Amino acid sequence: MNAFKDAGHIFRLAAVFVCGILVFVGVRAVLVPKSFGQYGHYRGDALAEIAARPVNFAGHQACEDCHSDVLDKKKAGKHVHVNCEACHGAQAKHAEDPASVQPAKLDTAVLCVRCHEANIAKPKSFPQVASADHSSGLPCDTCHQPHSPAIDTGETAQATTPATTKVAPGGTK
Amino acid sequence: MNVTRRHMLLLLPAAAIAWKHVLAGTPEAAPNYKLSEHWWSMLIDLPKCIGCGNCVRACQTENDVPDGYFRTWVERYHVTDYDIENPHVDSPDGGKKGFPPSKEEGGKNFFVPKLCNHCADSPCTQVCPVGATFISPDGVVLVDKKYCLGCRYCVQACPYGCRFINPATETAEKCTLCYHRITKGLTTACCESCPTGARQLADLKNPNDPIHEFLKTHSIQVLKPYMATHAKVFYNGLDGSVR
Repeated sequence: MNAFKDAGHIFRLAAVFVCGILVFVGVRAVLVPKSFGQYGHYRGDALAEIAARPVNFAGHQACEDCHSDVLDKKKAGKHVHVNCEACHGAQAKHAEDPASVQPAKLDTAVLCVRCHEANIAKPKSFPQVASADHSSGLPCDTCHQPHSPAIDTGETAQATTPATTKVAPGGTK
Repeated sequence: MNVTRRHMLLLLPAAAIAWKHVLAGTPEAAPNYKLSEHWWSMLIDLPKCIGCGNCVRACQTENDVPDGYFRTWVERYHVTDYDIENPHVDSPDGGKKGFPPSKEEGGKNFFVPKLCNHCADSPCTQVCPVGATFISPDGVVLVDKKYCLGCRYCVQACPYGCRFINPATETAEKCTLCYHRITKGLTTACCESCPTGARQLADLKNPNDPIHEFLKTHSIQVLKPYMATHAKVFYNGLDGSVR
């Protein structure tokens, strides 16, 4: 035992280290969430928490389940690939409870120009009009039905739109 | 079994709640969603973008993005014929209300939607000191709000300027690629509301996704390839002047 005669302070120091390590391991076990490190250096539960956020846009599939008549109308026209909520806005609440939550009626004078107002930065092949000249302030649905916007010449050929003011697709006036 | 009046009164609200659940149908959550089966990305088909701002508005509605901050935005480029190095770029209110008529005639004019590139080697996740931001196993760069300290390292690290500090929560925020939607089988809010199909969500691990055919047959570019971030937002028809 002579070898350890003057080594008491080493053992005391070692004991302090061991206590420190135990405290560290204990505190870490309490503070670090269980799912930390499940997939990587982050909290695995965060994935489920982010995914649990409620949905606001119902998705066109939900719309088409009930409104197949509108879908048929759209199929006849150029807006077939425009999803319902692109114009009607987020409708998840309406899809959940169609009876009590009704979508707002849309103003075509505001809505159509969002896409179709002429701008030289738009692709040339995209149909554009200078709205002030094109309809002289009339709402677009006076002539065009938004779900199938081509004017039906057989039925509503009232020529409300003088051909001279119509900007050809790609023309920017 | 004897049902007293007292029991009946207790049972009625319970039955009402149960009936409400029956009416609501099965919850939308996809129990079959497997993290390892997806590797999400996005395709931006620039020749189709009309700068309507639908994506910006949809993102703000879907994700409660505070006013004046953007998880996605649209830029308008004006490039004169001989000065491709110095494009004029504007993005009034992120393109949320569309764009006023272009002032300069001549040269090239076009729109470029921007969002988080969900880099496979993302600089923003590498600098986080606390493990609050990470690349999920299905390839989406996300922020753990509960862990974020708001130190802003990641905001500085992103070469694309896609992050910001939410003034209400004081934590970093960014595009989640609508993680709450894509895990339920829906597309993102911006893709859902894009009227021309200029934005398309793509799953690189799904062999039937049209993205594979598209990438093979088009000239595809990512933003700032020299940063070696392995960005996963693919641009078709991207002009060399885009920064």
